[in-house]
Amino acid sequence: MIFVEDKEIVIPGDILADEEYHSGRGTFKENDKVCSSLVGLVAIRDKKISVIPLQSKYIPKRGDVVIGEVTDIRFSMWNLDINSPYSGFLPASDVFGKEKRELNRTFDVGDVLFLRVVDVDEVKKVKLGLKGRGLGKFRGGILINITPTKVPRLIGKKGSMINMIKDQTHCEVIVGQNGVVWVKGEPSMERVAEKVINMIEDQAHTSGLTDRVRNMLAKLLGIEPEETEYELGEPGPVDESDELEMSEEVEITEIIEISEESDELEEFEPPEEKEESKEDEID
Amino acid sequence: MIIIITNTNLNTGTETSARADKRAFDELRNLKIEAGVLERADGSAYLEMGGNKVLAAVYGPRELFVRRLMQPNRAVLRCKYNMAPFSVDDRKRPGPDRRSVEISKITSDALSPAVFLEKFPRSTIDVYIEVLEAEGGTRCAGITAASVALADAGIPMRDMVVACAAGKSDGNVVLDLSEVEDKEGEADLPIAMMPRTGEITLLQMDGDLTEEEFGKALDLAIGGCKKINEEQKKAIKNRYGE
Repeated sequence: MIFVEDKEIVIPGDILADEEYHSGRGTFKENDKVCSSLVGLVAIRDKKISVIPLQSKYIPKRGDVVIGEVTDIRFSMWNLDINSPYSGFLPASDVFGKEKRELNRTFDVGDVLFLRVVDVDEVKKVKLGLKGRGLGKFRGGILINITPTKVPRLIGKKGSMINMIKDQTHCEVIVGQNGVVWVKGEPSMERVAEKVINMIEDQAHTSGLTDRVRNMLAKLLGIEPEETEYELGEPGPVDESDELEMSEEVEITEIIEISEESDELEEFEPPEEKEESKEDEID
Repeated sequence: MIIIITNTNLNTGTETSARADKRAFDELRNLKIEAGVLERADGSAYLEMGGNKVLAAVYGPRELFVRRLMQPNRAVLRCKYNMAPFSVDDRKRPGPDRRSVEISKITSDALSPAVFLEKFPRSTIDVYIEVLEAEGGTRCAGITAASVALADAGIPMRDMVVACAAGKSDGNVVLDLSEVEDKEGEADLPIAMMPRTGEITLLQMDGDLTEEEFGKALDLAIGGCKKINEEQKKAIKNRYGE
């Protein structure tokens, strides 16, 4: 027996199904019943029920790429805030090798870095690293925080959403899996991108989002949209059939799983000036 | 934690209300809950119940800097209940007092069993309850609002937590005591529970009740909790436009 429909909004304690279903993420089993533990959207796959949270905190996981801000400099490491219950540290040896240098000359408090989670140990110490393509320090730009579970939605299918924002605003946009987004471009364009990203976060659980984002971008940039305009916040066009809605919903789960499994995140483009800047900093 | 098996002999008490505000013996005050009212908090809720106005904010799970409070296997749930100086008729002296320290503790104890604290070891979840206007039953209002705020913050929970009081006033067992009934009545029995399982996470009693009256009051309070729980559900779903 199942008591809910796919992509229905549930709240903690709601009974979702009987024992013949498996409990996935965001659910738990009690007295042979699968119950929701979160506020979120139900996702049913075969016999597995999960709840996709609408709000969450980032829990660091090995292999993730994150954006962090330097909060402290210690004797041989930097402490970083990675928008998570657990702060991270970047060992000096990871940057300098065996050489000894002054840490604050390389990265100072307040600097924003693009890093990879190297390890999370039993006491929840998060070891970060800078080794890898595109990792390093950001110069300028603005930071926007979104809920980490909405990162896949912001990126879109094969990066469609993020690429649309990049193309339309001519900004560089980099998304960390911890929900921090870095945007750099013309100051007015940065503001446009910020508005759009906040709108995506607000409406990530609704369908027809891509079209609304396209229209919003067009409106903010003063370009005539190709298609008819819909009021923001209203549900998307009804005549585009239910199938599209469904596929967009599936998208959330699919991308969450892809981003969890694979290490290659095509969405993350290396900042161009990054490689040299890192050299500068070290020399 | 006590598991109470509810029997359904909800006695009819007095039909024509003898209560000061003309409510029936098992009638709640007007209730309004709104989720996600604060911009900067991870989760928040605003609750109005009769003359009570309560704001709850949740931050976290976030890093815990007080090392000695840190739990290696679970998060700590820190609650802070505060009454605004203007929330009562005579100005309340600001700052913590014996009463608010007690309520902070029992709020934390009432909410903890419902939260999957073990999912966030070595961190903290902070709950702030701010009473803007008080008219009896603010601890229950605070717990109810805090539970909505926790859900809004995306914190995994076994169930929502609902709180409601029953008591005895003018010789009658009544639900949801107002300020006058609380002060002049014979007994006050606030409870908090998880409505799905029926587990009671808080039970306090002030005043005297016979065993029979106690059973009646408890049943009333449980019934009240279930009604309030419906409002909680609605509040959360409304936040996401349903």
